[in-house]
Amino acid sequence: MSQTPLMQRLATTALARRGWLKAGLASLGGLWLAGCDQLSGNPAALKVLESAEGLTRRAQRLILSPGQMAPEFKSSDISPTFKANGSVDPQDPVYLAHVANGFADWRLSVEGLVQHPMKLSLADLKARKARTQITRHDCVEGWSCIGQWTGAPLADLIREAGLKPEAKFLVFHCMDTMGGGGEESRYYESIALADVFHPQTILAYELNGAPLAVPHGAPVRLRVERHLGYKQAKYIERIEAVASLKDLHGGKGGYWPDRGYEWYAGI
Amino acid sequence: MTAADGAYAAADEVPDRIYRHSGLTRATHWINALSLFVLLLSGLNIFMAEPSLFIGQYADFDHPALHIFAAHGPGGSLIGVTQIGDAQITTTGLLGVSNNAMGHPVSRAWPTWMTLPSYRDLATARRWHFFFAWLLVINGAAYLAWNTYVRHIQKDLWLTADDVKEIPQSVVDHIKLRHPTGLAATRYNVLQKLAYLAVILVLVPGMVLTGLTMSPGMDAALPILPWAFGGRQTARTLHFIFAWSLVLFFIVHMVEMVLAGPVNEITSIVTGWYRVPKAHADKGAA
Repeated sequence: MSQTPLMQRLATTALARRGWLKAGLASLGGLWLAGCDQLSGNPAALKVLESAEGLTRRAQRLILSPGQMAPEFKSSDISPTFKANGSVDPQDPVYLAHVANGFADWRLSVEGLVQHPMKLSLADLKARKARTQITRHDCVEGWSCIGQWTGAPLADLIREAGLKPEAKFLVFHCMDTMGGGGEESRYYESIALADVFHPQTILAYELNGAPLAVPHGAPVRLRVERHLGYKQAKYIERIEAVASLKDLHGGKGGYWPDRGYEWYAGI
Repeated sequence: MTAADGAYAAADEVPDRIYRHSGLTRATHWINALSLFVLLLSGLNIFMAEPSLFIGQYADFDHPALHIFAAHGPGGSLIGVTQIGDAQITTTGLLGVSNNAMGHPVSRAWPTWMTLPSYRDLATARRWHFFFAWLLVINGAAYLAWNTYVRHIQKDLWLTADDVKEIPQSVVDHIKLRHPTGLAATRYNVLQKLAYLAVILVLVPGMVLTGLTMSPGMDAALPILPWAFGGRQTARTLHFIFAWSLVLFFIVHMVEMVLAGPVNEITSIVTGWYRVPKAHADKGAA
């Protein structure tokens, strides 16, 4: 007779205990998540996490010889569709004007810490020695597409312009602002000299045998194989040789690096 | 369990406690556990940027092997869908659609509690991921180098001829949740050895190698990587499968820990000292 209330009490205790356990686990989990989110927004903690980038860059530079090539593919390996990402249809008035007259007035300016600044038309660029390569484009998001690129090797152009000794990086200034924002959302990217003089680094004006279309960065985009997609700047109008990236935009050397992504995009 | 076990168990040669885990094994165990935990949660956040998997060198967007996404239901409601091959199942609340921090259903592959940061942030998730990937690699290299040098892996983990013969019996013991006692408890059983060897020699190195294959810089340095895994997208798919295999290992590891005596097991991986469970023969005599 007296067993029933006892059993009930035991059952209630067990339930209560389970409730406590559940609440305890949930709050521990919540604490962990809140802690991680807080660390993710803490500049000092982020600095510690970001230290891994230097390690990655040095390790990859150590094992990557300057001329080591990114894998190239056969034409049968080309993706049926090459996904366009980031800016795909810039609405910036200057760019729209260039599209309207077929880039006839567009000039590529090579400037900054160079001996001989240059201005090239699209025809000038196409008249130069070209390189064609079938490579894999790896987006930071995780997907890849394979395409055939034709363009002018950057190394030839830069040798002609002649870098001043203090030049350490090339900055690619683009004609698009991300999401139609103002000047602070202008796209740009930068690469180190090791990548400038790599044989597969080209200023591409053709994809899969056709002139570069607007979604892919017409009239000219950078191909710097051995790096992720966001390094492959589109809609280029100005190449600037600089000694430091600190004074440009957010100071991290690229639109996405200014927003937390690695400047060294080999990973 | 066997006659031999009984004979040893009754004798005095079975110590009460043994020093089971060296300091390096204990330290690397916990660094490994923390690293894998952070890598899993940050990896799931990274996955949300492209919540699908493919086979081959490039992403064939029309034929994903796996795709977790949100579809629009009647009245604009969101429905979480998980597609494996051509088969689709509704997974609203867990996969594809779950509540954000404000309690509103949103399109995201995993729920907030499964990702680091809890909110969608590819840049920060990558920062966490690569920091702890380096920690995992350095820690794992220290473990492998030292434990090969002191022959821990060869002596305590590598299968002997007897181990191979014991596999059927060990399977039965595991199904009956029967745990070794006495002398048998001082060494690892064959299924336990296989599980540890799979983690140490296959799953964790597999995670590292498939992870490296996703790096365009590494693929230029070592073109054998994408070749060996059948393409960058296949490597990404394998990375995902290995990760969940490690989660499966973790679940079994926790269940076995609780069944074998959680206090004794946790004490041994913290202090190194393991209390040897008394053989059934002792209790039977009492």
